[in-house]
Amino acid sequence: MIEMEGVSKTYRVRRREAGLGNAVKSLFSREYTEIPALRDVTFAIPDGQIVGYIGPNGAGKSTTVKILSGILRPDCGVCRVNGLVPWEDRKRHVARLGVVFGQRSQLWWDVPVIDSLELLRDIYRVPEGRYRENLDRLTELLDLADLLRTPARMLSLGQRMRCEIAAALLHSPEVLFLDEPTIGLDAVSKLKVREFILEQNRLCGTTVILTTHDMQDVDALCSRVLLIGKGRLLLDGTTAEIRAMAGENLSTEESVADLYRRFGI
Amino acid sequence: MKKYLSFFKMRLIASLQYRAAALAGLSTQFVWGGMEVLLYRALWSAHPERFPMGAEALAAYIWLQQAFLTFFALWQWDRELAESVRNGTVAYELTRPTDLYGMWFAKSLAQRVSRGLLRCAPVILLGALIPAPWGLRLRVSPAAFGLFLLSTALMLLVVCSMSMLTYALCFFVTDHRGIVTVLTPLADFLGGAIVPLPFLPEGLRRFAELTPFGAMQNVPLRVFGGDLAGAAALRAVGLQVFWAAAMTAAGYALMRAGLRRTVIAGG
Repeated sequence: MIEMEGVSKTYRVRRREAGLGNAVKSLFSREYTEIPALRDVTFAIPDGQIVGYIGPNGAGKSTTVKILSGILRPDCGVCRVNGLVPWEDRKRHVARLGVVFGQRSQLWWDVPVIDSLELLRDIYRVPEGRYRENLDRLTELLDLADLLRTPARMLSLGQRMRCEIAAALLHSPEVLFLDEPTIGLDAVSKLKVREFILEQNRLCGTTVILTTHDMQDVDALCSRVLLIGKGRLLLDGTTAEIRAMAGENLSTEESVADLYRRFGI
Repeated sequence: MKKYLSFFKMRLIASLQYRAAALAGLSTQFVWGGMEVLLYRALWSAHPERFPMGAEALAAYIWLQQAFLTFFALWQWDRELAESVRNGTVAYELTRPTDLYGMWFAKSLAQRVSRGLLRCAPVILLGALIPAPWGLRLRVSPAAFGLFLLSTALMLLVVCSMSMLTYALCFFVTDHRGIVTVLTPLADFLGGAIVPLPFLPEGLRRFAELTPFGAMQNVPLRVFGGDLAGAAALRAVGLQVFWAAAMTAAGYALMRAGLRRTVIAGG
C-alpha cells in the first residue's frame, strides 16, 4: 500500500540572464526562484497494482518517485509505503524497494554484469538460494544468458536496460519504481520489457509505479493512470476513462495530448 | 560486513580490468624510485654526516612509497564518487539499504588497497634486489614491524577519511576539482610525498607532523626503516588514531548535512 497525502515540495532554482555581465553580477547577488514541484498531491495505490504516472516534462513525476524512494524529503505532507515513511526509515524501506532510473545506470561500467549483480546480492543480503532462483527466472524472462558475462559498457541500450531491470528485482522487492524504463529502446526491447513487467506483477504481485512518456507503455501495462501537471494531480482513472474524457475516437496518446492542452500544462 | 567485503572484491575485479594502467603505473614507479635513489645517493655522498635519515631508512622509505603509492597518494581520487554527486547517479546509491558514508568509505578503501596489492610485489622485489644501502631491507625488530603494520592500517583510515571529507564537500559545490587542486599539493608537501619530512626545516617538520597529512605515509614508511621508533613512533600512531576518528566524524556529519539539502535534478 502506497499512500501520499497532501505532499508538497518546492525547489529553489538559480536564475540569471545570459551573458558575461550577468554571470559576473551573479557572483555577488544570486537570484533564486521558487519552483513548486509538487502541490498537495494525494493518492493511494493498493498492493499489486500497476500504475502509470504520466505528465509533461517537469510536471513532478520524478520528484514523486524520489520522495517515494526516500531520496528527497518533501516540505510537507504524509507519505507511507507499506507502513514506512521513506525518508525516515530509509534503510528498511529501500530494502523492500526496487528502482530503475531509465536515464542512469546502476551497473558497474567496466566489469561484467554478473559481478554487479553479485554485489547487489550482498548489499541486499539476498540468501544464495533465493538469489539463484531469481537470477534464473530473470535470465530466462529477460533473455540475459549471453549478456551476464559482458561488461556493462559493451551492451546496447536495450540490453543494458534489461540488465538494469534484473538488477532492481534480485531482492524480490514488493514495490518497483520504473522511471522511464523504455526510453530509447527499440520495438523488440520495449515489448520484451513490457511483457516482463506484466509477468513480474502477475507472478509476484509486485506493485509497480511506472513513469513514462510512452503511451503505449501505459496502454499495455497500466490498469490505472495518474496524470500530474505543474505539480498537481489532475486525474486519477483508467486509460479507458482518459480516452472517454477526450471524446471521439482518439488513441491514448492523442487523448493525453488533448488533456495536456485542456489543463493548460 | 559481508557487503563491505563484496565492495572490496568488486574493486579488485574492476582493477584487474585495467591492465594497461597497472603496467604503466608499475613502470613509472620503478623509474621514479630509481631516480629518487640516484638523487639522494648523490646528496648523501657529498655530506653523509648531514643527512637527517640513515641511507637504509631512506631507501626503505622510497621503495615502499613506490610499492604502495595507491595506499596513500591523496590524488588517487575515486572519480566515480565525486562524479556521481555531480551527475546525480548518487540517486541509485541512496536507494540501497546501506549507509552512504559507510558504502563510500568501503569503496574508496577497497580501491586503494586493491590497486596497491596488484602492483606492490614487483616493486618490492626489485627494491630488495638492489644492493645495500640503497635497497629495500627489513632491518627492524618484529615489534617495530608490528607497529609498521598497525600504522599502515591506520594510515589507510586517515587517508580514506580525508577523501570522504572531500567527497562530502562535493554536495556543497558545483565541481569538486577546485578542492582537489588545493588539497593535492598541500598533502604532497606536508605528507612527505615530495621530500620525506625529516628533510624539512625543524619548525616546518614539527608542524607537518601534527597535521593530518603527517599522519599518512610519513608514519609507516619511517617506522619500517627504523627512522621513527620508540616513544616518537607511538606518539605518531596516537595522532593517526586521533585524525582518523576526527575526520571520520567530521565527514559523516558533513555528508548528513549535504544529503539533507541535496536535490537530484532531471530525469
